[in-house]
Amino acid sequence: MGMADLHSIAFMLNGKSVTADVDARLHLADFLRHTLHLTGTHVGCEHGVCGACNVLVDGRSTRSCLMLAVQVDGAQVETIEGLTASGQIADLQEAFTARNALQCGYCTPGVLATAAELLNGEKPTREEIRDALSGNYCRCTGYHAIVDAIETVAGKRQGGAP
Amino acid sequence: MKAPAFAYRRPEELAEALSLLTTEGAQVLAGGQSLIASLNMRLSAPALLVDINRIGALRGIEDREDGIRIGALVRHVDVLHSPVIARQVPLLAMALPHVAHMAVRNRGTTCGSLALADPSAEMPALAVALNAEIVLEKHGDRRQVAARDFFQGLYQTDREDDEMITEVIFPRAADDEMFGFAELARRHGDFATVGISVRARHTGDALENLDVVVFGSEAMPLLSPAGPSLRIAADATEPMLADMAETIVADMEPMENHQGRADTKRKQAAVLLRRTFKDMQSRAFAGRGNGHG
Repeated sequence: MGMADLHSIAFMLNGKSVTADVDARLHLADFLRHTLHLTGTHVGCEHGVCGACNVLVDGRSTRSCLMLAVQVDGAQVETIEGLTASGQIADLQEAFTARNALQCGYCTPGVLATAAELLNGEKPTREEIRDALSGNYCRCTGYHAIVDAIETVAGKRQGGAP
Repeated sequence: MKAPAFAYRRPEELAEALSLLTTEGAQVLAGGQSLIASLNMRLSAPALLVDINRIGALRGIEDREDGIRIGALVRHVDVLHSPVIARQVPLLAMALPHVAHMAVRNRGTTCGSLALADPSAEMPALAVALNAEIVLEKHGDRRQVAARDFFQGLYQTDREDDEMITEVIFPRAADDEMFGFAELARRHGDFATVGISVRARHTGDALENLDVVVFGSEAMPLLSPAGPSLRIAADATEPMLADMAETIVADMEPMENHQGRADTKRKQAAVLLRRTFKDMQSRAFAGRGNGHG
């Protein structure tokens, strides 16, 4: 095979600036996990089906296995570590715990990234929550508890009853 | 698995991208939602990826004289939320919620979907249904091809290796047009086993001159040759609508695979068509309109 094709990148990761030299073939999920040791982003299928690797890129949920690390040059990336540290999804995480919306937890960081984006918009209906979650596989919960937890937070953030 | 090694360039100008595409084994990277998956699975091994994501000229949905222009960097999420698309190309707006999942729609592009020509994808089917025009550019040349001539088979198109789709132009919906769309997928947003789209003209007491496309089950979008002679009368009964659906599915050549046998898919398409005809009939003649202004 050919030689590594290295590129210098600079981007914001969880509010801090990061610079690195990355090989063109390295995808963002492996870069986060193996190079930066941020192992909260999980790799499930590695071809865009399962959603376990979802992170936020410029505020939008993104499959980190379907984006090259070199492509985040200049972008704002938020992983579960940053979303947790900033407290911006603390209510979601609390609701997930309260409602038993996770069991093994493998899918949870990706689900939370999806939910974080969804709740940045208008209050979603239960149907819209289900639609948004259609791109995240969870093999433990059967989804009802996840939908319940997100719905509860959506209601609370709007200041009304869930 | 991990992607094989490749070289990567990220030009800021279209001319530079087109020049890079003359390299043997070069491939365009737009949204990457199919391409990077296929790299991860080692189903493709390009020598060079030309990342077009910084080329400003490829952005934007524009309401132009020749139609509604969607540039090569317009993502599914942009189309989904575009007021211009909702008003002028309502069939696209109707189909977009079926296109993949939120995170994939956030990056995947309309033109990338056309270039790949996946049989399950919605964009090729809609481009054929609406008779869109595809603009192809290469170093020193630009041409426009009707979508109805562009698709040639399973992942096969009229595009040459050194060409890229820079934009697609959809005709504006006429006031007398009505649309229907439906698809069947194992999980909402997944690749469709079979899908259908319908465009019809409202003539007062009927919906006529149908453009019906069946996709997902076929190697490439099937524009029904029977469509133009069919009409959905205001008083057509369900058995009459079912007969119309049977006429259309007789021309299908479904691919047999893990998603089903050919006769199963033909039957599924017939059910989707009958339901969509019924839905369009009630929208047209119960005064509920088309859902667009």
